Amino acid sequence: MSSFTGTSRLVRLALRRDRARLAIWVLGTPLIGYALAQSVAGLYPDEQTRLGYAETAVTSVVARAFNGPIAGTELGAVVVTETYLTLALLVGLLSTFAVIRHTRQNEETGRAELLGAAAVGRYALLTAALVVVLGANVLAAALLALAFVGAGLPVAGSAAAAAAICGVGVALTGIAAVTAQLTVTSRGGNALAAVAVGVAFLLRAAGDVLGQRESGGVRLDSAWPTWLSPLGWGTQVRAFGAERWWVLALPVALLVAGVAVAFVLTERRDFGAGLLAARRGPARAARGLLSPVGLTWRLHRGALAGWAVAVAVLGVCMGLAGNEVDAMIADNPQTAEVIAQLGGGAELVDAYLAAMLGIFALTLGAYVVQALLRTRNDETDGVLEALLATAVGRTRWLGTQLLGAVLGALALLLLAGVSTGLGYGLAAGDPIGWTVELGAAALLRLPALLVVAGVVAALFGVLPRVSVALSWSVLIVFLLLGQLGAVLDLPQAALNLSPFTHIPSAPAADLTVLPLVLLTAVAATLFAAALVTFRHRDIPG
Amino acid sequence: MSVISIENLVKTFGRVRALDGLDLRVEPGEVHGFLGPNGSGKSTTIRILLGLLRRDSGQVRLLGGDPWRDAVALHRRLAYVPGDVSLWPNLSGGEAIDLFGALRGGLDHRRRDELLDRFALDPTKKCRTYSKGNRQKVAIVAAFASAVELYVLDEPTSGLDPLMEAVFQEEVRQLTGAGASVLLSSHVLAEVEALCDRVSIIREGRVVEAGTLTELRHLARTTVTVETGRPLTGVTDLPGVHEVRPVDGRVRLEVEPAHLDTLLAYLVRFEVRALTSAPPTLEELFLRHYGDHADSDRTASVGGAR
Repeated sequence: MSSFTGTSRLVRLALRRDRARLAIWVLGTPLIGYALAQSVAGLYPDEQTRLGYAETAVTSVVARAFNGPIAGTELGAVVVTETYLTLALLVGLLSTFAVIRHTRQNEETGRAELLGAAAVGRYALLTAALVVVLGANVLAAALLALAFVGAGLPVAGSAAAAAAICGVGVALTGIAAVTAQLTVTSRGGNALAAVAVGVAFLLRAAGDVLGQRESGGVRLDSAWPTWLSPLGWGTQVRAFGAERWWVLALPVALLVAGVAVAFVLTERRDFGAGLLAARRGPARAARGLLSPVGLTWRLHRGALAGWAVAVAVLGVCMGLAGNEVDAMIADNPQTAEVIAQLGGGAELVDAYLAAMLGIFALTLGAYVVQALLRTRNDETDGVLEALLATAVGRTRWLGTQLLGAVLGALALLLLAGVSTGLGYGLAAGDPIGWTVELGAAALLRLPALLVVAGVVAALFGVLPRVSVALSWSVLIVFLLLGQLGAVLDLPQAALNLSPFTHIPSAPAADLTVLPLVLLTAVAATLFAAALVTFRHRDIPG
Repeated sequence: MSVISIENLVKTFGRVRALDGLDLRVEPGEVHGFLGPNGSGKSTTIRILLGLLRRDSGQVRLLGGDPWRDAVALHRRLAYVPGDVSLWPNLSGGEAIDLFGALRGGLDHRRRDELLDRFALDPTKKCRTYSKGNRQKVAIVAAFASAVELYVLDEPTSGLDPLMEAVFQEEVRQLTGAGASVLLSSHVLAEVEALCDRVSIIREGRVVEAGTLTELRHLARTTVTVETGRPLTGVTDLPGVHEVRPVDGRVRLEVEPAHLDTLLAYLVRFEVRALTSAPPTLEELFLRHYGDHADSDRTASVGGAR
């Protein structure tokens, strides 16, 4: 029996388990790509508008940091610049979660033990996961290329762009294969891989911000940090602008290296164990742990600390970059005009800062969803049953979970505002004033997060079985409405579905109280519905 | 007043009738065995008693209260050990024990340390590193260190080794000695025989037999093997006699306890040379109710003759 025996059966098992997820992934990516390409084509129909866009893309530090370099002035290049980050993150995170799901999660739940006792080789589980995930990436890339061609873009560029985007999925597959070996829990494996994605984003942003503009064009010669980032490689392919096909070898090389390391680690470690050993804990509980609130704090503090570090670092960086917006206006009146239009005529810097706070709020929606979905996790793994068999009532328990998620979101929002204000203040002067102003402006976003919390809690109360999938779907819809709604030119009625639409974009816009009150009322209603429905439903084992 | 009193309890999940008119009564100070094959409704009953599931119909009283409405107040007076214990992976065992105790309304720390010692459990290990048996020990220690009126134990020892099983039995006796009641769902028949004052056997959502073990034995048939000088005839026509068959020149049959006397009076006419009579073992008793063909006119598969 070889170390790979049983791989093909495990592949079929994984395909059966994931048929819905894989279908959404493989078909959803090209669909989103097609829609975005169509709308970008509508926005930049001629050489003139595209030149303006490319000029902004290469001059603006913010655009460089978020979208990366532009490959040229062809329509395809604009499409790639506009869609690359969204699609690459989508494909990358889906690949990561799928690898962890079929390796570490199987071990954690004990399913892999059953499989391993059958005629299944040592490497089979990991190999099967890789086959499925890489297969999905290749298929998604092929369909995405067809989607771009279907949207009227040249064939070679379409192929290069699709390969560049799905190359991020390939690279992250290699990273996830390694992180799956390091931690004991799938949660930990996902978190490590997510940290890798964050680092990759920051490296690419730094490299592109520090890059030099090539003379006589709109291309950017990115600095070395970009070349260390799997997210950077995709942009360096330069799809639709003298494609550099050899760059596509980098994600493949990372994959090969990651898989090799993962196989070696599989050989070295015990089944079910990670490489990062579990530490011992106290023999007695501290007084502070001995209540639902204490337990909630204990279970959430790790994730909260991780988020806090990420939010603070990103906030300061974005704030510092805000000063560049000022500098850019001085250098380039043409760009200033473009951004002023985007900012709705408001003060340019304010528009930029408001946009950053909006992005923070949306991102923190993920924190709220993740924190509140622990409720469902506790229910399925049986901890909830044991807890509710003690003298803790259902309302008290769910109320504590809501309180924890809301307070966590409040703290992170405040931190986002304060750190952005501090960064901008340090660069532009008056750090204290800006810290206070942006801290307050960030807190105005809280009602939208309350609505997100209300939706997740209500789903947990009413439709517990599908609450995980539905909660994330709702957040993704809010995200798409916020990020792509304007680009896709969706009707206002659709945009109004997202609570984030209704937040006044302080500091760019004036403070209006009514929408905040209404959002809070909606959230309160959802909280009440969640508590009542949870109070009255069965908790099956 | 009974500690647990359930009458005609019905619970359905969609089209499945998980509990179909279940009756159960647990008296103060007794260890009540709750037995039945997998999927017969034991855990569903326990979940209704804990207020996790809502009953469709029937009467349920727990410690004089309504398990759904008065859940929180009642839970201060009981402790629960699930069969499949799941804990917080990043808490230590000691922390989990203290937490459960505190949430239940307090725990006796001297007793906790004594129990940790008796069950040989290391409280400093993280819960994620515990084996199934050790996770069960965490739940058992947390429950037994709380001085409550009722202990609800759902297959609490399925992961324990024989040494720990013995410790478990001693501890349960200590609890009932102090006046507490225990509802013990278990498949370990030796444990049931050693601990339980009364048992209820559940099958397909209803209790098919309840009483002391002695009473249950009386309901089951006795196996009689007899060797006679003259050929034994006509015995099949006697009342209460079943499954008559020749074995190695002897005759083996089953007889209902009420008709044993009549049978013996009849047998002496055929010059009895040897006779053995065996009451049903506990296993036979349960197999009779657990098996696929446990309807009223088939007997237990006695002696493996079938």
